[in-house]
Amino acid sequence: MKIWKGTLILFLLLFVLWLLLAGTDPQELIVGGITALLLSLQFSSKAKIFAEVNISFRSFYFLILYIFIFLIALIKSNLDVARRVLDPKLPINPGIVKVKTKLSSKLGRIMLANSITLTPGTLTVETKDENYYIHWIDVTSPDINSATEAIVRKFEKYLEVIFG
Amino acid sequence: MELIGSLITLFGAIFLFLGALGIFRMPDLYNRMQAGTKATTLGSILFLFGLAIGCYRGLCFWRVLILIIFIIFTNPISSHALARAAHHIGVKLTERSVKDDLKKDSQKGDRK
Repeated sequence: MKIWKGTLILFLLLFVLWLLLAGTDPQELIVGGITALLLSLQFSSKAKIFAEVNISFRSFYFLILYIFIFLIALIKSNLDVARRVLDPKLPINPGIVKVKTKLSSKLGRIMLANSITLTPGTLTVETKDENYYIHWIDVTSPDINSATEAIVRKFEKYLEVIFG
Repeated sequence: MELIGSLITLFGAIFLFLGALGIFRMPDLYNRMQAGTKATTLGSILFLFGLAIGCYRGLCFWRVLILIIFIIFTNPISSHALARAAHHIGVKLTERSVKDDLKKDSQKGDRK
């Protein structure tokens, strides 16, 4: 059962990708649909990673919220970098801190690491099980718990609902 | 419509320039990576989005949107891989650094 869920999500992803690339011409849709079906069946053993996604109305709603928060964080991080670069004193206070996550699914952890890299002043250097080692351009709290609170929490609560 | 697209492209170019300046000014590899990753991600996104608005009719818009999605997913992974490799071969942090948890923990692992 679980493996089919992953295959279905892979099929939908491939099909939407093809839809965006090729448009809504019926012949192209049929060819693309068949190709996507064959590919997703061929790689269904590898598609297990998608089976951890919760499909429900609530997780869809949280996905939309997550995308908005992510985009806002991305713009903020750019303004932050711009401010630091243009300041003649170069106000940085860097260091590598360790934080913990509660997420257990692989896909959720990948998404979390990516989000951390693109948010203000943080860069994921290494991941080991539930620990992330993060290069922080301005270390305000060297303690593991407060660092976790500052960096990870805001994304984790959304990803927890989406990926479980 | 084309004017708005051009303006957004200009903003993207400004962010890309700031990223280049950041790489030039930062003291060590990790801080350079920070400036490089963030500025290039938003810079390329704005650049492509400006192009997409410039050709908003038909499929062109959606194709550029796919490019943006792929950039969002792959750019942080590549910079993570570079930073990780650099830390493994022992590139030092700048002297202004406060702490280095990863070095401490990986040395503990060696002793066992």
